[in-house]
Amino acid sequence: MQNPSTTARKPRFLLADKPSVLIFLACLGLFTLGVTVLAEGSGIGVISTSFVKTLGKTLCLCLVALAMDLVWGYCGILSLGHMAFFGIGGYAIGMWLMYARTELIVVQSLSTAPLPATAQEISDGIATQIFGVVGSSDFPPIWGFAHSLPLQLAAVVVVPGLLALVFGWLAFRSRVTGVYLSILTQAMTLALSLYLFQNDSGLRGNNGLSGLQNLPGLGDVPQSAVSLWFFWASAAALGLGYLLCVWVVSGKFGSVIRAIRDDESRVRFLGYPVEVYKLFIFTLTAVIAGIAGALYYPQAGIINPAEMAPIASIYLAVWVAIGGRGRLYGAVIGAGFVSLLSTFFTGGQAPDLNLGFYTVQWVDWWTVLLGLSFVVVTLFAPKGLGGLFDLMANRLSPNRHGADLGPDAGALREKEADT
Amino acid sequence: MSYLCRCCAVVMAVLWSLAALPLAAQTAAPAPDAPIQLLLQQHGDIIAKSSRKTIGPAIDALAASGLPDAQTVLEKWQAKEMWRHKDSGLFVFADKVDRQTLQVFDLATGSDLGQAIARDYKQLKPNSGIRGLIGAALVRFQLTDPDPAARHAALDAIERDADASHLDALRAVAGGETDAALAARMARLERLLTIRFDDDDAARVAAITSFEGDLGVDVRAALTPLTQTRMMHDSQLPADANIKRRLSAPDDALPADAAFDLMIAAGVATPLPTAEDRKAALIAHIDNGAVAGTQVHALDTQAARDAAYAALAKAGTVPPWSPDQTLDDLVADQGFVEIYTEPSAAVTTAAQSTLDGIERRVGLNQTLDLGLDALSLASIYFLAAIGLAITFGVMGVINMAHGEFIMMGAYTGYVVQLIIPDYTLSIIVAIPLAFAVTFGAGVAMERLVIRWLYHRPLETLLATFGISIALQQLAKNIFGTQARPLTAPGWLDGSLVFNDVVAISYIRIAIFVLALLFLALFLIVMNRTRLGLEVRAVTQNPRMAASMGINPDRINMLTFGFGSGIAGIAGVAIGLYAKVTSEMGADYIVQSFMTVVVGGVGNIWGTLLGATLVGTLQKGIEWMYPSNTLAAQTYMILFIILFIQFRPRGIIALKGRAAEV
Repeated sequence: MQNPSTTARKPRFLLADKPSVLIFLACLGLFTLGVTVLAEGSGIGVISTSFVKTLGKTLCLCLVALAMDLVWGYCGILSLGHMAFFGIGGYAIGMWLMYARTELIVVQSLSTAPLPATAQEISDGIATQIFGVVGSSDFPPIWGFAHSLPLQLAAVVVVPGLLALVFGWLAFRSRVTGVYLSILTQAMTLALSLYLFQNDSGLRGNNGLSGLQNLPGLGDVPQSAVSLWFFWASAAALGLGYLLCVWVVSGKFGSVIRAIRDDESRVRFLGYPVEVYKLFIFTLTAVIAGIAGALYYPQAGIINPAEMAPIASIYLAVWVAIGGRGRLYGAVIGAGFVSLLSTFFTGGQAPDLNLGFYTVQWVDWWTVLLGLSFVVVTLFAPKGLGGLFDLMANRLSPNRHGADLGPDAGALREKEADT
Repeated sequence: MSYLCRCCAVVMAVLWSLAALPLAAQTAAPAPDAPIQLLLQQHGDIIAKSSRKTIGPAIDALAASGLPDAQTVLEKWQAKEMWRHKDSGLFVFADKVDRQTLQVFDLATGSDLGQAIARDYKQLKPNSGIRGLIGAALVRFQLTDPDPAARHAALDAIERDADASHLDALRAVAGGETDAALAARMARLERLLTIRFDDDDAARVAAITSFEGDLGVDVRAALTPLTQTRMMHDSQLPADANIKRRLSAPDDALPADAAFDLMIAAGVATPLPTAEDRKAALIAHIDNGAVAGTQVHALDTQAARDAAYAALAKAGTVPPWSPDQTLDDLVADQGFVEIYTEPSAAVTTAAQSTLDGIERRVGLNQTLDLGLDALSLASIYFLAAIGLAITFGVMGVINMAHGEFIMMGAYTGYVVQLIIPDYTLSIIVAIPLAFAVTFGAGVAMERLVIRWLYHRPLETLLATFGISIALQQLAKNIFGTQARPLTAPGWLDGSLVFNDVVAISYIRIAIFVLALLFLALFLIVMNRTRLGLEVRAVTQNPRMAASMGINPDRINMLTFGFGSGIAGIAGVAIGLYAKVTSEMGADYIVQSFMTVVVGGVGNIWGTLLGATLVGTLQKGIEWMYPSNTLAAQTYMILFIILFIQFRPRGIIALKGRAAEV
C-alpha cells in the first residue's frame, strides 16, 4: 500500500518510523523471555503450567482484540461477531485434534483384533467414539477433512475468511452501517451459536469438542512443555499480527480506512470504493480472529458453542474500549489487563470485600463492576487506558467544548471530529 | 307386601341371630321369599353350573328385573362373594373368616346372618367370560343410574377401556336417555364402538361414514387401526386377504433390506451372512497365519476380505455369499403385497376415505392453529419490541439494556406476588408498579448516561451494553440463577377450545389483547397528546422545537422513560407466559431489534408488521422442523439477515426528511 514515489517522506524501515512498535515488540519479547525462564516447564517453576496456559490464552485474546481494534477502532465497524470467527478457528483446529487423537486410540484398540482393521472400521470406530455422546455414529460431512492437519489449518483461515467475506459483502453492499451493522453481526453470531448448540449440527452440540490440550502423537511430552510451545506460538502470532496491523494502518490505505470511519459518504464521494476497503478489513480481521482462536482453544482444552455466544463478542468490544480504541497497543493492553483481571476475580482468588453490612463476593460482583466501569470509560475516558500514554507524553488535545460542527443534529461534534 | 315380608324377615333374622349367639357354627337362614332370592332360584341351576354359553338368560333376567338389589347381587357375584347353600339352594353373600368359617349376609337386606360352616356352602366362581357378561350388565345399571354424574362416569369408563359387551349395553339404554348432552355422548360412543366391535360390516361402514369430517381424536383412534397394513411376500398371501396393493421392491415404501427380510420370513430366501458374520467366519478359518491362501496381514481392506470369504465359500466351508450380488438384485423379481389387517374390504375402503377426509380437515385446522400460535408469538414479540419502537424507533437511541428493563418488570411482578398472595390483585398492582419502576430506571439511565451520548450511537450501544451486563448480574445476585414463577390468576388458566385441533390458552389471548392495547396507547400518545406532538417535534428538529418553547431535554427524558416503562409492563406479561430469569431480557433483545429493524425504524405499523413477520416465520419454521426450536431461531435470523439485504430500511421505510434524521 505504501508507494514511495507519492509519499513526501522517504519511508525508512517500517519499524524505525514508529517507536511504539519497537517498544511493544521489546516488551512482548521480554515478557515471553521472562515467562519462559520462570515457567515450570523450564525448571524454575515459579509460574505454574496452568498459569502459563492462562498467559498464553491471554496473548491470543490480545491478538483477537488487535483484530477488533483494526475493524472497530480504525475502520469504524463495530462488529459483534469477531468472537464467532475466533470460535470457528478453534473448532477447525479442534476437529483435527480430536480426530487424530481418537484415531490413535481406536487404532491401538483395534490392533489386538485377529484381523487387521480396514479403513472403514477405523473410521466407524472414531465416529462412534466422537459422536456417541450425541447419539450418532456417522461422520457428518463437515468432518470430511478432519483427518488432515494441513486442510484443517487451511480451514482455520479460510472458513472465517469466507464467512466474513460473504456476510460483509451482503451487509456493506446494501449500505448497512453503524448500529444496524452491529445488530446484524450480533444476530449472525447468535444464529451461529444457536446452530452449533443443536446436536445434529455435526459438532457435538453443546458438548463441544474436548480433550484438545492433548496433542496427538505427543502423549509422552509433559503438559508443562506443551504449554510453553503454545505460549511461544501465541507470542509469535501476536507479534506478527501487530506488525501486520501496523503495516495495514500506516500509509495511504490506513488513511483511507480512518477516513471511512470518520465520514464514509465523503470518502465515497472522493471516489474510493468504500465497500472494498471495508470488506478487506472485515475479512482480514476475521482471519486474524480465526488464527487467534486456533491457538487459544488447544490451551483451553475445550470449546463449546457457549463460547461463541454474542456476549463474548461484546466483552471483546469492552476490552478494546477500555484499552483504548484507535491505537493498536491500547487493544492489547485492554485485552490483557481486563481478561487477566477477570480471571483473577472470577477464579475465586480475590479476597472478599467486607463492607460491614454486606460482604462483596467478587465472583458475583465482578461482572457488575465490569459493566459499570465500561459505562464510566465510555462516558469519561473515551480514549481508554491508552489515553494514559498520551498523558505521559503530554499530548493533550486542546480542551474545546463539544459543540456541533454543523448546523443541526446529526452533524459531527468537534470532539469526535478531532479524534 | 314385599316390604312387609322383608320387615318380618329382618325381625326374624335378628331374633334368630340373637338366639344363635352361643353357637358359633350355627347360623340364621336367609329369607327364602325375597324377590331377588326367588329370581335367583328360578335360574339357580344355570347359575350354579357357571357356563358362559348358558348363563345369558340368568344375567339378562337379573338385569331386566328392575329389582333394586340386582346391581349388588351382580357385583358380589362378579367379585366371587356369592355362595349357595348346598341343601336349601338359597343364595347368600359371604366373607371367609378362616378356612372353615364364613360370615354370612342376607341377599336382600344385607343383614348379618352370623357365622356358618364353610363346607355347607358352595362358592360361585364365575369364570372370566361370565365376569365379562356380568360387567356388561353392570354397565347397563351404571348407564341408567339416576345420577347424571354417574352416567358420565360410566361413559368415561367405557371410553377408557371399551370392549364388545359395552356395545350391547349402550344400545340397550340409548333410547331411554333424557339428558340431551348425555344422549349425544352415548350415541357417539355407540357409533365408535360399532366401528370397533360390530359383526355386521354394513353397520360398521354406516358408522364410519357418519364420522365424515369429524375432528375428534377418538374418531381417528378408532379409524386408524382399521387402515393398518402389513407387508408380506406373495407366497404367504392368505386366500381371503384384504389386499391394499401389490408392490415390487426396492420401493420407497419397501426398501431392499426390508423386502429381503420378508422373503426370509416367507421361506423363499435364506439370510445372507452379514459383514460381522463374514468377519467372524474369516477369523474362525485363520489357518497358520492365512485365510484361504491369503495372508492375514493383507486382509486390511474390505475387497481383500470379500475375496478371501468368496474363496472360503467356494470351498464350501462357509455359507455362500458373493460380493457381486446385491440385495437389490435378489428382491427385484419378487412380488410383495400389502394387506390390511382388517379383513373386510368395504370397511377398510370406507375407513380410508373417511380418514383421508378427516386428515384434510385436520390439516386445515392445524394450519389455523398454527396461525393462532404465530399470532400469539407475534404479539409477544410486539410487546417486547414496542418499547424499543419508542426509544430506538422514534428517538433513535439504541438501548441494549431494553431486555433488562423487560426483566426488571417481570421481577417486579414476582416481588409483588411475594407480598400480595392474591394473584388477580397482585397483577393489577404489578402492572402500574412495573411501569413506575422501569420508568424510573429509564429516566435515570437517560439522565446519567444516554444524554451525554446523543448522536454517538455506537458509544450509546456500548454503554447500554455495560448497563445490561451489570443489571443482569445484579438480578442474578439478588434473585439467584433459578427461574422464578410469576403465576397467572386463576381466570387466565385453561384455554379457549374450538375443537380437538384448534385451541388457544387464555394467557395468550390476554397477551394479544395487551399488545393491541399498547398499540392503541402508543397511537394515542403519539398522535393525540401534547407530549406526542412535542416528541415528534424534538425528534425531527430539536433546535426548531427548542425555539418553539419545547424543552428537548425534558421531552427526551420523558420519552425514554415512557418506552422503558412499556418494556416493564411487557415484562410482566412475558413473565406470565414464560419463567422469570435474569436472562429473559437477553433472550428477546435480538429478536426485538430485528422486529423493529425489519418493520422499519420510526413507524409503529412497521413494528407491528415486523412482529407478525418474525412470529409467523418462527412458527412456520418450527412447524417444518418440529422438536427443534434452535433450528427455527437459527433459520429465522438468517432469513432476517437476507431480508435486510433487500429492504435495508424495513418493510415500511420512512420517506423524505424523516428518513434523513
